[in-house]
Amino acid sequence: MIILDELESQSIYILREAYREFKSLCMLWSIGKDSTVLLYLARKAFFGHVPMPLVHIDTRYKIPEMIEYRDNLVKEWKLNLIYGMNRKAIDEKRTFPDGNVDRLTCCKSLKSDALRQTLNGEGERFIFSHSAGKYIPDTSREAYTGVIVGVRADEEGSRSKERYFSPRDSESDWRIEDQPPEFWNQYKTDFSSGTHVRIHPLLDWTELNIWEYIERENIGVVSLYFDKGEGIRYRSLGCYPCTKPVESKSKNVPEIIEELRSGRFSNIAERSGREQDKDGGGTLETLRREGYM
Amino acid sequence: MEQMEQIKQTKQIKQIDQMNIVVIGHVDHGKSTVIGRLLSDTGSLPEGKLEQVKMQCRKSSRPFEYAFLLDALKDEQSQGITIDSARCFFKTAKRNYIIIDAPGHIEFLKNMITGASRAEAALLVIDANEGVQENSRRHGFMASLLGIKQLVVLVNKLDISGYSESVYNGIRSEFTMFLDSIEVSPLEFIPISAREGENIAVKSDKMPWYRGMTVIQRLDEFKKEKPLFHKPFRMPVQDIYKFTMYGDDRRIVAGTVSSGKISAGDEVVFLPSGKKSEINSVEAFNSPVEVSVSAGRAAGFTLKTQIYIHPGEIMCRTGDELPFTSTAFRANLFWVGKSPMIPGKKYKLKAGTMKASVYLKEIINIIDASSLDEGASRSEILRHDVSECILQTLKPVSFDRFSDNELTGRFVIVDGYEIAGGGIIMEPVQESLSYLAEHAVRRDYRWVKGNVAMAARHTRFSQKPRIIVFTGEETLEWEGLAQALEQDLWREGRNVYYLGLSNILRAIDNDGPRASIDREEEICRLGESAHLLADAGLIVITTISGLDNYEYGMLKLICEPHEILLINAGIVSADTIDALSIDSGLEAGEALSKIKTSLRDRDIIPDFQI
Repeated sequence: MIILDELESQSIYILREAYREFKSLCMLWSIGKDSTVLLYLARKAFFGHVPMPLVHIDTRYKIPEMIEYRDNLVKEWKLNLIYGMNRKAIDEKRTFPDGNVDRLTCCKSLKSDALRQTLNGEGERFIFSHSAGKYIPDTSREAYTGVIVGVRADEEGSRSKERYFSPRDSESDWRIEDQPPEFWNQYKTDFSSGTHVRIHPLLDWTELNIWEYIERENIGVVSLYFDKGEGIRYRSLGCYPCTKPVESKSKNVPEIIEELRSGRFSNIAERSGREQDKDGGGTLETLRREGYM
Repeated sequence: MEQMEQIKQTKQIKQIDQMNIVVIGHVDHGKSTVIGRLLSDTGSLPEGKLEQVKMQCRKSSRPFEYAFLLDALKDEQSQGITIDSARCFFKTAKRNYIIIDAPGHIEFLKNMITGASRAEAALLVIDANEGVQENSRRHGFMASLLGIKQLVVLVNKLDISGYSESVYNGIRSEFTMFLDSIEVSPLEFIPISAREGENIAVKSDKMPWYRGMTVIQRLDEFKKEKPLFHKPFRMPVQDIYKFTMYGDDRRIVAGTVSSGKISAGDEVVFLPSGKKSEINSVEAFNSPVEVSVSAGRAAGFTLKTQIYIHPGEIMCRTGDELPFTSTAFRANLFWVGKSPMIPGKKYKLKAGTMKASVYLKEIINIIDASSLDEGASRSEILRHDVSECILQTLKPVSFDRFSDNELTGRFVIVDGYEIAGGGIIMEPVQESLSYLAEHAVRRDYRWVKGNVAMAARHTRFSQKPRIIVFTGEETLEWEGLAQALEQDLWREGRNVYYLGLSNILRAIDNDGPRASIDREEEICRLGESAHLLADAGLIVITTISGLDNYEYGMLKLICEPHEILLINAGIVSADTIDALSIDSGLEAGEALSKIKTSLRDRDIIPDFQI
């Protein structure tokens, strides 16, 4: 069996397990290539439908093209999109670099805290109304107990230890030293109240697998990934103050694949353009223990 | 179209093979060093990583070790021993590998099993100087229980013993003897020094007596495991989808095909319910139309006839050799739970997509996994034990022997909220009396009766007690009808009671808020409550969604000696001959009179009042 077929089947199996086991389920969509592939896999798993809401955490520092792309796809695929943010931190300018905090603190409040509040229903949420054609306040305060996330084990160290079904306590804390066993394709689907479970269908995919699949299935991704003639493109997407484009002349998917297979990126980490990974050892593990994606 | 297929194929040929392998063995025998070497010697490290780690070592003035590379990649904050299985990615000229570093410390056995159960092949590392240790044996045994068929043993740290052939041969023969005893045959033994890079990527000139392959050559010789194409068709049903809210009328049976192949037009049987239908179509999103699906694929089908089936059943093909269906089986089980596994306690069994209540009925044997001594006789299975035992379920479950079909022959056990054990099924066990039947016999034996005879109640109430159960796909629709029946019979002067399932679930034996009460528990509670009310002489009316034949059997058993009148509302759920069927199209008044006629025919309510 071809590796992409294997990965696709495994991801679909995990998505279907999640849908069967969790009554209150959502899927995080960061607009990046991975979670967009995940969204496409959900449509495969559920025969053209996406039967769970998509949650996007808006930091107000996302590259504008990402938001535009998000809203276009929401309309085209009739997606149920909910976004949340840490408005208080944004209003109080507890941000980087124009505020008075460092990168890590900014990541923690605009992403980890925002995510926690959005998922548990304490924070403000906005939902796209297809009849009104705009976002309206979400009146539901429902807490999500199952959260599907598109992280991959090859991205960085702490993600390499993840489970496919990974429980977090009510504070979103990840107990990395005591993770539940996962034997074969049997995952932890029983949990006490107060915990929620992160579900990771893309854990075994590599960056190259993602691009090969995008090519094979002809999945549209945001154009920031491609060089538009200036010799730069984004390899990984995030907030603009902390995400730098990389030097690359890849203008389309096949060129990116070639670059990853044998070209100049075959031995350079994907997140090398992401600044929050660089502040000393174990930074991202610290962030992730506290609920970062 | 044909052209497109061709393009797709050429693209696929270009794809590189990928394989999961696990590195196992006793703590400190050098697993992380082996992996560090593999990463570094194949040039798979991110740019600058090696220099960075070497620099850090100089700064903290400790000697550089290849194991640090792995720690650096994993962000492992507590240095020293590996706690959890982590994945590393490396590539050779032949293929890409995901290499899983499994902890060697006994405390983290569950993480080792987690890592190893994802692997297609294993490298087992033994320190030449310490020799074969407890976890060398335990991990070797676990690998075979987990179904890993490709095992290579690396005899490490030979630099310390001066690359001695006799040291290597000693370990080789000792461990071979052990592996023979558990019927495992390793593909190869390789003498190495991971620290010095001997026989890892390059053939060592320090061990001219060894003529075999290097570790990397050996890895590339591993065979990619093929899906079980040639076994009988099996697909554990994961879910039944009806996305009517999106205007989609298809009713799709979804699941991942674990073995064999199925095509549109094939007749299928669902086990354990035994319901039959025929494949109408293969469903997929954004793919060319297909007529068949083979092992490994996450698939979806529509059926020719509408039958009610539960997720958890196994879809098989009529004519194929079918799985066993039984309420007990003999298994080899490994236990990693914090508390021991004890007889009489209820656990949850998960196999394929099925879940069922399960009890430890009998411990045949406890194998001390570290020494593989058999015969320790204990009344419970302790953490890290491997046991040959008999497990018993409440309702029949369908499975294969592990030796016939590994995917449908293995299971895990959930204790509370945690996966606490797993194992493989050796064979079904025939039971003289099921768990539930035993329970009913015990209950009736001890049942304390009052002085009013049942016959006296019949006469006074002008009725026979009876339990009327409505079942169907959507119970909500039928609750109204069930309640209307109660009211109607009440007006006629019958002693009748509508028993709401949700009331029972909230009221009886409620130990506080729980995530969920499982289906079997629901049925047992419903049965016991109905049994009690019927014993008081009442006609009991209740509803429960999607009751299948086995569940109906359970309910009948619990309610004995009182009889059940089953009413299938809408799509037929339990297809027993004594059930009454009401079509969805039938108007409420007509439905009621149909039911009442049936009650009279069965002499439950007499035609006239005395």
